[in-house]
Amino acid sequence: MNEALLRSLTPQVLAILVRRGADFAAAEDAVQDALVQAIRVWPDDPPRDPKGWLITVAWHRFLDATRADAARRRREDVVDEEPAPGPALAVDDTLQLYFLCAHPSLTPSSAVALTLRAVGGLTTRQIARAYLVPEATMAQRISRAKRTVSGVRFDQPGDVATVLRVLYLVFNEGHSGDVDLAAEAIRLARQLAAAIDHPEVAGLLALMLLHHARRAARTAPDGGRVPLAEQDRSLWDTGLIAEGVEILQAALARDRLGEFQAQAAVAALHADAPTAEETDWVQIVEWYDELALLTDNPVVRLNRAVAVGEADGPRAGLAELAKLDDSLPRYAAVAAYLHERDGDLAMAARLYAEASEKASDLAERVHLTRQAARLNARRER
Amino acid sequence: MAKYLLLKHYRGAPAPANDVPMAQWTPEEISAHVQYMNDFAARLQETGEYVDSQALAPEGTFVRYDGEGRPPVTDGPFAETKDLVAGWMVIDVDGYERAVELAGELSAAPGAGGKPIHEWLELRPFLTEPPTITE
Repeated sequence: MNEALLRSLTPQVLAILVRRGADFAAAEDAVQDALVQAIRVWPDDPPRDPKGWLITVAWHRFLDATRADAARRRREDVVDEEPAPGPALAVDDTLQLYFLCAHPSLTPSSAVALTLRAVGGLTTRQIARAYLVPEATMAQRISRAKRTVSGVRFDQPGDVATVLRVLYLVFNEGHSGDVDLAAEAIRLARQLAAAIDHPEVAGLLALMLLHHARRAARTAPDGGRVPLAEQDRSLWDTGLIAEGVEILQAALARDRLGEFQAQAAVAALHADAPTAEETDWVQIVEWYDELALLTDNPVVRLNRAVAVGEADGPRAGLAELAKLDDSLPRYAAVAAYLHERDGDLAMAARLYAEASEKASDLAERVHLTRQAARLNARRER
Repeated sequence: MAKYLLLKHYRGAPAPANDVPMAQWTPEEISAHVQYMNDFAARLQETGEYVDSQALAPEGTFVRYDGEGRPPVTDGPFAETKDLVAGWMVIDVDGYERAVELAGELSAAPGAGGKPIHEWLELRPFLTEPPTITE
């Protein structure tokens, strides 16, 4: 069964149900039921017209649920009204679904879950596994999210920035179980880029592609992180890099710079270097300067200190670092790296060990502990 | 079936035989250790005895209610806390003997010099659901 096809049809089928008059929450439930049935039935009995199959099954599910609901209400002596005609959909249904699922009234975790289900076509079970929570918890999160957006009109333009933040979260967080969240985020970003012409959408898509290209090189066999400088660059996916760079260049040419384009530009400069030594750090510092103007995110200034350390030497990097708050995440790790480059191995080993205790994920902790171990082993020799 | 919690401590457990901080191991020894832990979890998944495992960051905060309309009080982290949990694994096994056997295996994870750490793990049974037949 082609699960990618199934998922790509989800928002279209959902939009058709809503256009026929179903309210969003009920339509979304019906589409989810149809998806689960498709996953069960299609492998043995593939439909000739997958989209038509999904629409028919989802619509019947919706009618069944509505009738059961209406019958219950009659039994309870509640006035049985004709279902209200749903709001007319805007021209671009898929885009409206993105806006709805990333609505600012939703918490980030709710928006992520709703987007993955209603736009991404993932099942509740798959989403629950990806975020390591019980299925019932995820089901509840999604149904609360739908209640939260139930009053939102479908034909109002939304904010692209909120959608981009949701997709960024999908790409960057979550456990990789049977669903590849990074690939899913890329698929959703591609679909969004096809629905709306916006330089930051292109910027985010480029950023994802450029990072995804390095994935095979990023993880050691034991699960520890391999830092950029030590990655085997022959493992980088040159096709994805070329595509990311092309998308980025087209976006930058429009002269409406944003955060994601600037981040993608940094990633592109790394991707462009045949070896770590050939990295154009001077340009990277310039992009971090641009980023610092666009966002007050302190992580940007931390990364900038690293880049300055590479462009102008570790002492210059340490001087930049000294201007920042030492409680920032990864501060100790950056300090350790710059001290090592400066030749102070004892200090660097101590800071790496300290940084490993503050690491917020296991791969980072293993990596930093190993850095400390490497320096300690070298000093003993 | 009975569920057990295997608790690993940063501090508070008796000192293990092979007591060398990880930062003093060689990078290869760290890899071997991580590999052993991953293999152990994978094996339990295959036997149908694995439930969950999580690692915890060392720094925590104590929090308590401070009365109506007031924000909760936070305190800590306390550097001197005697007992500090590093992480856990939950297993669902036939009984105590099997739980002890598995905890022993996990404690044999290699450390400095490639030798078993002999780390003390705390084994705690879960309280169960009440049985249906009580007489």
